[in-house]
Amino acid sequence: MEIYLIIMLVLMICGSLFSLHAKDLLSAVISYGIVGFGLVISFLLLQAPDLAIVQVVVEIVTLVIMIAVIKDTTEEQNKQTASFSHFVYLLVLLLFTIAFYLAFEKVSGGLSPFGQHVTRMATAYTYGVNTTGSANLVTGVVFGFRAYDTLGEATVLFTAVIGVLTILRLKGKKGE
Amino acid sequence: MIPFILCLILFLIGLYGIITQKNLIKIILGLAIMEYSVNLFLIMIGYIDGGTAPIFSEKFHISSYVDPLPQAMILTAIVIGLATTALLLAMAIRLYRKYGSFDIRKINSLKG
Repeated sequence: MEIYLIIMLVLMICGSLFSLHAKDLLSAVISYGIVGFGLVISFLLLQAPDLAIVQVVVEIVTLVIMIAVIKDTTEEQNKQTASFSHFVYLLVLLLFTIAFYLAFEKVSGGLSPFGQHVTRMATAYTYGVNTTGSANLVTGVVFGFRAYDTLGEATVLFTAVIGVLTILRLKGKKGE
Repeated sequence: MIPFILCLILFLIGLYGIITQKNLIKIILGLAIMEYSVNLFLIMIGYIDGGTAPIFSEKFHISSYVDPLPQAMILTAIVIGLATTALLLAMAIRLYRKYGSFDIRKINSLKG
């Protein structure tokens, strides 16, 4: 089980590296799809079917939007030459890597090893079938115990749609 | 512990994309990759070896479910991630219409 997850993660890492170094934007976006759909399979391996379904929908929508954005752009990719600023970026990245690794070491000491998780907080949710009546415990949490979070999520989604419509409005005010 | 490390590597690749790439679309891709890796990390924490999906049935005992709480939280986070990505792409296409380029070195009207 863990080995399949490792294989998927390595595939996702390869896809993301290729996506960031692809020559044209279309192949970058398509290989970004490798990451998203690899994530779907990882969710299935990790026994999270609800998340897998949502991730499929989100990934397809993201890819469609991205391809719609880049489809009529006719730009040559600039060659990235090794310059001084590139060196500085890599140095900054190295520093970030060290910082994140140290933070990860610090945090992962408090975590259980992979697959040895003990359900501490969610015991009330686990026995929530009798409270909410929902056979799917994730649905019970999302729409029962934490329904206000879901309301907030809907608000964020609505705000984002309003924002996209505002930005993409073709014509400005009169006299502009 | 290896899946956690690989997840960290995926996160750092996204960060690498944000720091070094000059193309606006690739920066957005890097941001989305970071977001995916964080989602996957949190789901991995809640995984229990040999656990089943947290859907109630007579066949499985309650103690054999994986943790449903991270799954419910990440369900919210995925949808919000879609919203942010869509907003960023809308800004990118607006900038492309104004400057005719996704290159951040050419988008410099607000340079101080």
